[in-house]
Amino acid sequence: MILENVILYFILPVLSISMLLIFIRVFKGPRLMDRVVALDLLVIVGIGSFSAYAILHNKEVFIDISLILALIAFLSTVAFTWYYVKGDIEKDKFDQR
Amino acid sequence: MNSVILTTTTRILLPILLLFSVYTLIRGHQEPGGGFVGGLVAGMAFALYTISNGVASARKIFPLSPTTFLIIGLTFALSSGLLSLFLGLPAFTGIWGTYEFPVIGYLSTPLVFDIGVYLVVFGVSSSIIFTLKLKE
Repeated sequence: MILENVILYFILPVLSISMLLIFIRVFKGPRLMDRVVALDLLVIVGIGSFSAYAILHNKEVFIDISLILALIAFLSTVAFTWYYVKGDIEKDKFDQR
Repeated sequence: MNSVILTTTTRILLPILLLFSVYTLIRGHQEPGGGFVGGLVAGMAFALYTISNGVASARKIFPLSPTTFLIIGLTFALSSGLLSLFLGLPAFTGIWGTYEFPVIGYLSTPLVFDIGVYLVVFGVSSSIIFTLKLKE
């Protein structure tokens, strides 16, 4: 029961607040790379919240989701970086704003 | 992209992702999972390999072309539905075996259909990745 209280009143609020801060960084981020790193971080916070939900409701299926997300989360960052290095993305368009 | 870190990571991650995709596939009927998700995970593994090592070496470890995977998968899915016609049942009736295997569970035509879906999704996603990466 203590574990559930910790998850409900400490872990999930902390994860929600950090998701909010990450979203602010995604919308505001001065450069494109800031946004890419922020999106990668968003996936990792999502993994944390999935695991907390799995412990809270005794659903081990969500552990599998967090496992597969943790395995492939960096793929989006790698693909973004590949296009960025290649020069397909118009950097000025995203860097201003 | 020539990155030693990415290449080494991919060499470790590719078998794990393929194993996980097969696990998702055979768990699919009773619990979340199934052919579509498994095929997407396998396609993701090959996308990772293609990004890190290039199309040429990805085609080398790819035994057949993606279109062949598509054809084999569609044949699997169709044959699972046509099997029930030969037994005098309506088309696409699920037929279940009687012996329970240790890991897979009962052999059935839904499993064959799922394998077909897996191959189709795998072929489509890897052909998309190959087409995108060929324009280097």
